[in-house]
Amino acid sequence: MPRDKAGQFFGSGHTNNWAVTCTSQFWFNYRHVANTLSVYRSVKRLGIPDSHIVLMLADDMACNHRNPKPATVFSHKNMELNVYGDDVEVDYRGYEVTVENFLRVLTGRLPPSTPRSKRLLSDDRSNILIYLTGHGGNGFLKFQDSEEISNVELADAFEQMWQKRRYNELLFIIDTCQGASMYERFYSPNLMALASSQVGEDSLSHQPDLAIGVHLMDRYTFYLLEFLEDIHPASTTNMNDLFKVCPKSQCVSTPGHRTDLFLRDPGSVLITDFFGSVRKVEITMETINLTSPVEQVEDK
Amino acid sequence: VCVCVCVCVCVCVCVCVWAVCAMCGCGRDDFQEELVIRPLHSGDIYASFQFRTVWDTDFMGGKKVSHYRLFPKSLGQVISKFSVRELHISFTQGYWRTMQWGQPFLPSPPGAELWVWFQDTVTDVDGTWKELTNVLSGIFCASLNFIDSTNTVQPSASFKPLGIGNVTDHRFLRYATLPREIVCTENLTPWKKLLPCGSKAGLAVLMKSEKLFHSSFHSQAVHIRPVCQDWQCKSTSWELRQTLNVVFDLHSSGQGKREWSLFKMFSRTLTEACPLASSSKIYIDVTDNPQGEQFELSPATPLLSQAVVLGDRRTYSVYDLTQQATFGSMRSLNMLLRWKSSDGECDMMRPLLHGERYVAGYGLQTGEIHTLMYNHHPYRAFPVLLLDTVPWYLRLYIHTLTVTSKGKDNKPSYIHYQPSKDRVRPHLLEMLVQLPPNSVTEVTVQFERALLKWTEYTPDPNHGFYVGSSVVSALVPSVVAMDTNSTQERPLFSSFFPSKEESSYFVRIYTEPLLVNLPTPDFSMPYNVICLTCTVVAVGYGSLYNLLTRTFQVEEPSPGLAKRLANIIRKMRGVPPL
Repeated sequence: MPRDKAGQFFGSGHTNNWAVTCTSQFWFNYRHVANTLSVYRSVKRLGIPDSHIVLMLADDMACNHRNPKPATVFSHKNMELNVYGDDVEVDYRGYEVTVENFLRVLTGRLPPSTPRSKRLLSDDRSNILIYLTGHGGNGFLKFQDSEEISNVELADAFEQMWQKRRYNELLFIIDTCQGASMYERFYSPNLMALASSQVGEDSLSHQPDLAIGVHLMDRYTFYLLEFLEDIHPASTTNMNDLFKVCPKSQCVSTPGHRTDLFLRDPGSVLITDFFGSVRKVEITMETINLTSPVEQVEDK
Repeated sequence: VCVCVCVCVCVCVCVCVWAVCAMCGCGRDDFQEELVIRPLHSGDIYASFQFRTVWDTDFMGGKKVSHYRLFPKSLGQVISKFSVRELHISFTQGYWRTMQWGQPFLPSPPGAELWVWFQDTVTDVDGTWKELTNVLSGIFCASLNFIDSTNTVQPSASFKPLGIGNVTDHRFLRYATLPREIVCTENLTPWKKLLPCGSKAGLAVLMKSEKLFHSSFHSQAVHIRPVCQDWQCKSTSWELRQTLNVVFDLHSSGQGKREWSLFKMFSRTLTEACPLASSSKIYIDVTDNPQGEQFELSPATPLLSQAVVLGDRRTYSVYDLTQQATFGSMRSLNMLLRWKSSDGECDMMRPLLHGERYVAGYGLQTGEIHTLMYNHHPYRAFPVLLLDTVPWYLRLYIHTLTVTSKGKDNKPSYIHYQPSKDRVRPHLLEMLVQLPPNSVTEVTVQFERALLKWTEYTPDPNHGFYVGSSVVSALVPSVVAMDTNSTQERPLFSSFFPSKEESSYFVRIYTEPLLVNLPTPDFSMPYNVICLTCTVVAVGYGSLYNLLTRTFQVEEPSPGLAKRLANIIRKMRGVPPL
């Protein structure tokens, strides 16, 4: 019966999806922007609309004067996939990407004149995906080459989000050196975290391109993108497959994950629960009469 | 099932709304699109798109506007919420080279520029301006929220309203530029979404970012203003113009070959006009090619149009995209301009007004800003209005302001200067200067660089700080009026005074923005100081503390093996040890 099917549809408990991504500055950090854009691209492809994505890019790589192919950001030196695309909307760019703005977006404490596209308008039924990349160390992540966010601040921000009921489930992915240190301090429920390297290890980049002159992508995100390209909106791949992405033989570093704060079993969590999008559908059983003429209401 | 129901409801509601609209006569709206292609003398090619939507409605009347058709809803809501009378915003990458390319149709400075005239009903203009910039930064994906009181000015004479209206109180005008603003696909995407046909049909299909940003100059702008509905001007309509100017370089986009086509420039051809457009035309400038001796244009078109634009009479070949015949049998239009020979290029006529600006001086304490204005007219002098906005951290010494033309002092007839206030507002300097014919006028002013607080520096302070372009506005005598060719048959009564409509035209020139280095502290010094101080404290204090608090005891060295055995035997005998 249609009503039963609808119940299964809402079984996972969330009704909308959000994503936030972030990166770092300067031309030689081209690969961080490529990382972020590839996750953005996958998430858009699997159905999350731009209005539900907060994309933060700290520097402009596509239209940078050093880019020999303007308006493009490539993930691989065969230049097949332009992850920048033709339909990108960046919400925070350049100097706007700061630790303060990032934390304000997460906790929702933004000035009243901030436009909707720059806000994370999630509620307690939202599944949020947060992807961070850049340079990091043991317990911190560098922003804009001049400030850092520590793992304690991040954990506290997530706790604020939990207490204000701003998420249902949250997936946190980080691709930096010593990335696992960033999720060590989490203490809020319903958080799942993935990192590209353990404490004491460096995350390495994939390969340079001689024409562009910089490394194009990081290894972990490169293999993550390859994995996500096989996912489509109806796919039933679960989180256990995501944990297997980029083993030590490909990544050189050891990816880590943390699921102890997550209430459901990772094997029952679909990839599309976080990377895809659920559209809210209201089922009505009443009939609407459209034959009577529509009257125009005069404003007084 | 539910999806079907939703779709049915939507379709029915749409049909009813359209019927209602037609019955009550909500304002008519009209959309026109146009592309002008002008080959430049340097071998480059200049393409200018214009999309114009005119809507006979009243955003200010108090009646809430809710049925949007061709006019984009996001901009309509912005106009009514913030009581905007005129809004002009542009995003530009690159600098327009007037001496090589001539005058653009719509000038714009590098970076982002925003100027707005508010209605006279607005009580708090500064508060409304701040909210407006934030909303626009969300619509256009740009960091316009960095516009605040430190880079906003209120010009007193430049930037007069371009639309109709009788409000000329400059308290309702705000102008700001962000010279550092980057323009990329994320600004083009929302701009394309404002068009009625989006980027799916009509001229907008040509806008592919990979080609548009691989150019010497790229500028996109949105202009909103009220215009008259008819010649009696009893009621007003709102006009929205979206313009995109791009100059493709001969060597990077053209591969060195002087042959341009739509496919080469945009990697697309045209297959249809936008169905919602009442007119959709392409104009190719063939003034320098009257008999086809310079370049060959294919497919040939019988339509020709003449217009006086920027003071010069130009001839255009016209392609009308609303006619099916334009697309030919292949159902696609790809115009090709092929140059016949590489020699025999006639020189471009020098633009009559040109501006330059640079910083002189050395060191990180003082400097001098030089602005040069060139008047290339052989015998006519004309006045220009110069607007300069300098940030507060370059402290101008206005007593050193000098204006010289041809070596002699040239006193401006009108000067408006508003001094800056640290961290509150920038310098504003407006002058009306008469430029003598065939001369260079130089405006110089000395300045001192300020030391900012350490939190005010950008993350990359060694790049430098930008100073926005100067704006030179003038009514320039037109080339057409210069034509003293007396062989043309004209009655004597009409040729005494110069004819009004062709005698001068309005020009706005933007100079280069400046990049100035401020004295920058070494941000690694606090870390170095902490390390050094801790080392000194640890070594110095620690040693002193040990010296003062340790006591010394004398210790006997341990005796040899024979002596120890002897001591054991003596102890056993009860005799004192050695």
